[in-house]
Amino acid sequence: MTSANAKSGAQAAELRPNFLARFAQAHAREVVFTLSRFYRNLSGALLTCFVIGITLALPASLHTMVRNINAVSYSWESTLQASLFLKDSTTPEQAQALIAKLKTRPGVAEAIYISREQSLQEFKALSGFGSALDLLESNPLPAVITITPSKGVQRPVIDALVVELGALPEVEVAKLDRQWLDRLYAVLALVQRLVLLIAGVLGLAVIVIVGNTIRLDIEAKRAEIVVMKLVGATNGFIRRPFLYTGLWYGLVGGGIAWLLVHSAVLALSGPARELAGLYGSDFRLQGLPLVATGIMFACGIVLGWIGAWWTVSRHLSRIEPQ
Amino acid sequence: MADIIHFHRVSHRYEGVGDVLADVTFTLAKGEMAFLTGSSGAGKSTLLKLIALLERPTRGQVMVNGQNIAGIRSGQIPAFRQQIGVVFQNFNLLYDRTVFDNVALPLVIRGISYEDIGRRVRAALDAVGLLGKEKVMPITLSGGEQQRVGIARAIVAKPQLLLADEPTGNLDPTMAREVMDLFRRFNEVGVSVLVATHAVGLISKLPYRVIHLEKGQLSTRQSPDLMEKTVDFG
Repeated sequence: MTSANAKSGAQAAELRPNFLARFAQAHAREVVFTLSRFYRNLSGALLTCFVIGITLALPASLHTMVRNINAVSYSWESTLQASLFLKDSTTPEQAQALIAKLKTRPGVAEAIYISREQSLQEFKALSGFGSALDLLESNPLPAVITITPSKGVQRPVIDALVVELGALPEVEVAKLDRQWLDRLYAVLALVQRLVLLIAGVLGLAVIVIVGNTIRLDIEAKRAEIVVMKLVGATNGFIRRPFLYTGLWYGLVGGGIAWLLVHSAVLALSGPARELAGLYGSDFRLQGLPLVATGIMFACGIVLGWIGAWWTVSRHLSRIEPQ
Repeated sequence: MADIIHFHRVSHRYEGVGDVLADVTFTLAKGEMAFLTGSSGAGKSTLLKLIALLERPTRGQVMVNGQNIAGIRSGQIPAFRQQIGVVFQNFNLLYDRTVFDNVALPLVIRGISYEDIGRRVRAALDAVGLLGKEKVMPITLSGGEQQRVGIARAIVAKPQLLLADEPTGNLDPTMAREVMDLFRRFNEVGVSVLVATHAVGLISKLPYRVIHLEKGQLSTRQSPDLMEKTVDFG
């Protein structure tokens, strides 16, 4: 009984092209077939894609927003200053010598000396405690050297520099004025994580959307599936057009998401430029970067495919010829 | 001479209905053509379903082309069905595709190259007299033409066995005769054919064996009185 089978199998193999050619032909056929079906039902298909697009656009635009805030805060990084509070025993001459020495150091763009008197004047002018300070017998404020790090110097280098300067004999304490920036970074890291969580949940939503659309598709093609099974189609063969359909949904959905994010960035870039101008910054709103765009499209495609696979696997075995 | 179909004491029971087939034993030799007759509910369709693995027998042994179908797992059913051409009473065509695409389906499933598909589909359509209707949608064809599309689809992959379940049930007598003639011609080139029908008037003059089912039981007698009883011009 197996010899008869083997014979018919060998016969069939003679008629068939090799595996690769068969694979390419079958998939090329499905691509054309499913795309033409997509086109014939364009409005319905686009509606599904639009829902997927919005779902993908939400985390993508949040990501873009976080990225832009990050970019702004990095530009503030260059405005950071370190303050060296000098010991009271340090004379102005020693301080000037120190400044000359500091200016030659790599990573230091600017060093400015503020004497104890200058500090006092400034404090009196800005704090509103002017008359109260007059009651003091001696000046309680130390002399300060403010240091501006060179542009483009990395954070760890600056940190190391501050520690090093704090150890100088003339210096009481060295401090980097960046606590608020650290807090902002922490908030941004939190939001970034939140974006990932939202993206995960919305990714599940895409799977469900595609799955549900494909489910209706399967119901509509029940008779066709039965006929295919009757003439000996494998489950893989029957599954394939649905998987491609899911893939197109995801791909076009990704395209719509890209359009949405891109137009939002375009719409906001004008006002953002004006706002940045008011702060004297040349900041420009950035769009979704290429890698993130690629990830977004890939997510659309993969999620669409998974959604289709999940639904087809669940429903296909239930449709059997009677 | 090997048998293409061999039933040995086969019974089939539907839950709550009882035995639809009871202790059926028969064979169809390779290259033979036979009719399967009997009134509605006699078990004709069930018998064909057992051969095409749409149902599994409750008892007994079914061999198709030397293969015991009890040993075929569900994953192997598609490959098994590809060996058999089936023609249906309601044609079972795909109405959103052209005649060509309908007939090509079994070849597409097998992964045959496009050139061969075109050639063989045209040959099959030629054999059923529908060459030139390739690009037509099946819904625009008459019932007889649609059934011929169904037959072209059943024979395009050159199966060794052709099954037909009431292929003329929805056709007028002229069309029905044409369809029967087609089966005869395929049988003449070596295809084994088993046609289930209750159009006894149509087949009574044909020189083929008649396997008669009555209430799930087999009776190979071809007595005229039995024929008259089952005449049913549906």
